[in-house]
Amino acid sequence: MQFSTLILVLLCFMVLAYYLGRRRSLNLVSGRVRDLHSLPSYYGMQTALWCGIPALLLFVIWVSFEGAVMTGLVVEGLPSEIQNLPVERLNLVLNDIRNLAQGNIVSRTVDETMQKASDHYASLKKISHTALFVATLALATMGGLWARQSITHDQRARNRVEKAINFFLVSSSSLAVFTTIGIVLSVLFEAIRFFQQIPITAFIFGLEWSPQTAIRADQVGSSGVFGAIPLFAGTFLITLIAMVVAVPIGLMSAIYMAEYASKKFRDLAKPILEVLAGIPTVVYGFFAALTVAPFFRDMGASLGLSVSSESALAAGVVMGIMIIPFVSSLSDDVINAVPQSMRDGSYGLGATRSETIRQVIMPAALPGIVGGVLLAVSRAIGETMIVVMAAGLSANLTANPLEAVTTVTVQIVTLLVGDQEFDSAKTLAAFALALVLFVITLALNMIALYIVRKYREQYE
Amino acid sequence: MNNLQQHNDTMARVQQGLNQRYRNEKRFRRVGLSAIMSGLIFVSFLFITIFANGYTAFQQTYLKLDVVFDPALIAPLGMTDPDILSAANYGGLVKAAMREMFPSVTSRREKKTLYKLVSTGAVYQLREMVMLDPALIGTKKSVWLVADDDVDMLIKEHIDLNAVESDRRIKNNQLEWIRLLQKNGRVEKRFNSTFFTAGDSREPELSGIKGAVYGSFFTLLICLAIAFPVGVAAAVYLEEFASKNRWTDLIEVNINNLAAVPSIVFGLLGLAVFINFFGLPRSVPLVGGLVLALMTLPTIIIASRAALKSVPPSIREAALGVGASPMQTVTHHVLPLAMPGMLTGTIIGMAQALGETAPLLMIGMVAFIVDIPGGPFDPSAVLPVQVYLWADSPERAFVERTSAAIMVLLAFLISMNLLAVWLRKKFERRW
Repeated sequence: MQFSTLILVLLCFMVLAYYLGRRRSLNLVSGRVRDLHSLPSYYGMQTALWCGIPALLLFVIWVSFEGAVMTGLVVEGLPSEIQNLPVERLNLVLNDIRNLAQGNIVSRTVDETMQKASDHYASLKKISHTALFVATLALATMGGLWARQSITHDQRARNRVEKAINFFLVSSSSLAVFTTIGIVLSVLFEAIRFFQQIPITAFIFGLEWSPQTAIRADQVGSSGVFGAIPLFAGTFLITLIAMVVAVPIGLMSAIYMAEYASKKFRDLAKPILEVLAGIPTVVYGFFAALTVAPFFRDMGASLGLSVSSESALAAGVVMGIMIIPFVSSLSDDVINAVPQSMRDGSYGLGATRSETIRQVIMPAALPGIVGGVLLAVSRAIGETMIVVMAAGLSANLTANPLEAVTTVTVQIVTLLVGDQEFDSAKTLAAFALALVLFVITLALNMIALYIVRKYREQYE
Repeated sequence: MNNLQQHNDTMARVQQGLNQRYRNEKRFRRVGLSAIMSGLIFVSFLFITIFANGYTAFQQTYLKLDVVFDPALIAPLGMTDPDILSAANYGGLVKAAMREMFPSVTSRREKKTLYKLVSTGAVYQLREMVMLDPALIGTKKSVWLVADDDVDMLIKEHIDLNAVESDRRIKNNQLEWIRLLQKNGRVEKRFNSTFFTAGDSREPELSGIKGAVYGSFFTLLICLAIAFPVGVAAAVYLEEFASKNRWTDLIEVNINNLAAVPSIVFGLLGLAVFINFFGLPRSVPLVGGLVLALMTLPTIIIASRAALKSVPPSIREAALGVGASPMQTVTHHVLPLAMPGMLTGTIIGMAQALGETAPLLMIGMVAFIVDIPGGPFDPSAVLPVQVYLWADSPERAFVERTSAAIMVLLAFLISMNLLAVWLRKKFERRW
């Protein structure tokens, strides 16, 4: 909370610097704005930027290196037998020291060295925070004053401020690229570490998935087999069911909306359908687990079928419902983009509406619809909460929708939620799965966008 | 002659097929209508299920007990300083009151089941009363205490009394006692204010959504503080300043692809970068907000670009014509005109972020957290994660609380979307 006070004080300094810079520029030309190169507010902004940005940079650098430096200093102060512990043990000791300094619960008995180290840590922290406070504010004052002092009547303040803004704009838009790079790197590195332990062929072609690795050597039944085929099959099965539900309903509603519905009906029904798209997936998951799955189970029981209470069918159907508005709004756009002249031509030949739709509009809109469906597939593959809550955990290699299957996303969640060693094969497997997920959805998305764009050009 | 013959033939053939074709037409139309109807039915069914499951959670059963604030139990030797009062044995008071009401219950086992009718939270209720007013000590007072969740479920008729006793959470003797209490007017359903003022709890009757709502609020605050300026800046750059080159092409491709990356992958990014690399703490709204900001950024950028595109070029030309610099043109003229559209897009992006769960699971926001967070650096849950956690709990009483939390979540989402629609309607401008 101390940090937010510092930021607030810094903001106040910047406001002050703005007024100082502005007043100075006006004083320089004794109020005749025409004699200035830029408007007075630009001199103010320039001063405020000089006051704020170096100080903020210092703050960020300080905060990001504070932890490492302090840990190093504390370790140096520890007795050598603790210093020589293996890294993981040393980290545990350090955690305890930190917790002790913050007054939290500690995992071991507190002896004298611990107490000393924690006092050392606390005092270091106090010194560091005070120093940070003083240094940041001093830098802000210096920067602001220097910028104020250097104002002259022909200084190109506007150009400089605009350059700064431009830099912000460019870096903001580059963030998208860095996010992608970040995703690829963070997933790829861990995945490579995983493939060093488990051969990539065993992962992609293996038929058995059982990620529990033995904690003790004598443990039974935890082999740690990472064959991902059952997960891919499960994902495929659930996606297929979802598409069987979503594509006909979504497509037919889009056709009805675009070709048959009166404006009044359209204005009423379209927003209601779009409500389905705005409902959080966790709600669908709850709905699937609480209502739909028991419904299918009971129905199966009355028909004499044994339906698992975590059946692929329930998860798939609910996922399909979720995707209906996605398919319908994409298809709606595509159908509306088909030129009216093609409809008129078909009607002129005496075709009925449905014949026009089936034989003229559909073939023309097909590429766009295929693109939309591919986007929907990529969404279904990446969907997490519905399957986490309604699909199973055990990896069955089956094509029977009444049985429980598991998916890639479910496994990522179960492998990573909870406390785990970060470098065990089990946690790293989640990153390998995420890599597969990312690559597949990316490929689907690229293909879909390509098809949609290509199709659009046809009629423009 | 021959021509006419042919014409008649064609007409006859057309006539022949016509009825069939009209039937097909009608059928096709019906299929379309039923597709829409099934969509509408799904929506209403979903809402009805959630509502039917959830509305009871806004009430909670209370039991009226005559509590004797026995000084021997809570303030021995007449000591009433706060330390002693706060650590005193209030459970004993509840037990004594129960024993007094049912003097026939004597065996240890029966007593234990009797005590179970009152929630463990009753103790805190009494403590708070005494701490507020120490003069209560030594008096006898009728107090409405929170009932246990099983009793609550019984009163709300969620427990099947025809089931075998051993399968029921409420045993026969408990049932008798409750019926007796009901007869004496000592059972009442009241508005469940705990649900809105408490954090999470293992006991359904003591759990609330305040912690999750605060967590969601701080997360969205961080998300908005980052995603809005960055998204708008990116859109402005791409739409107004960027020259067409490889780098801007790359950026555009990236934005389009990020919009379709599964949200769980963003969670993994947050886990690897913010938590493992930068060492930020787990389960805090700060990290959640950062991850959600990255996730909603494409939505905001795409919407903002559309808003910028809708500002006619004549505005820019006029500004440039009277000597404004390109930056001044954008900040003084284009941005204010595009702002309503950008805000609409941002609100929709925020609504998306509010409902998102999967990436937050990855960064550890699934921890069981009782305290109400005081800022973006405190561990907390968010509303959808709270829904997920409660949906996993086995107690029947959590089902209605899950549904109620969903109702609150949906209420927030719907009002955000309505706000967006209103903004669009109010500031929509046709050029």
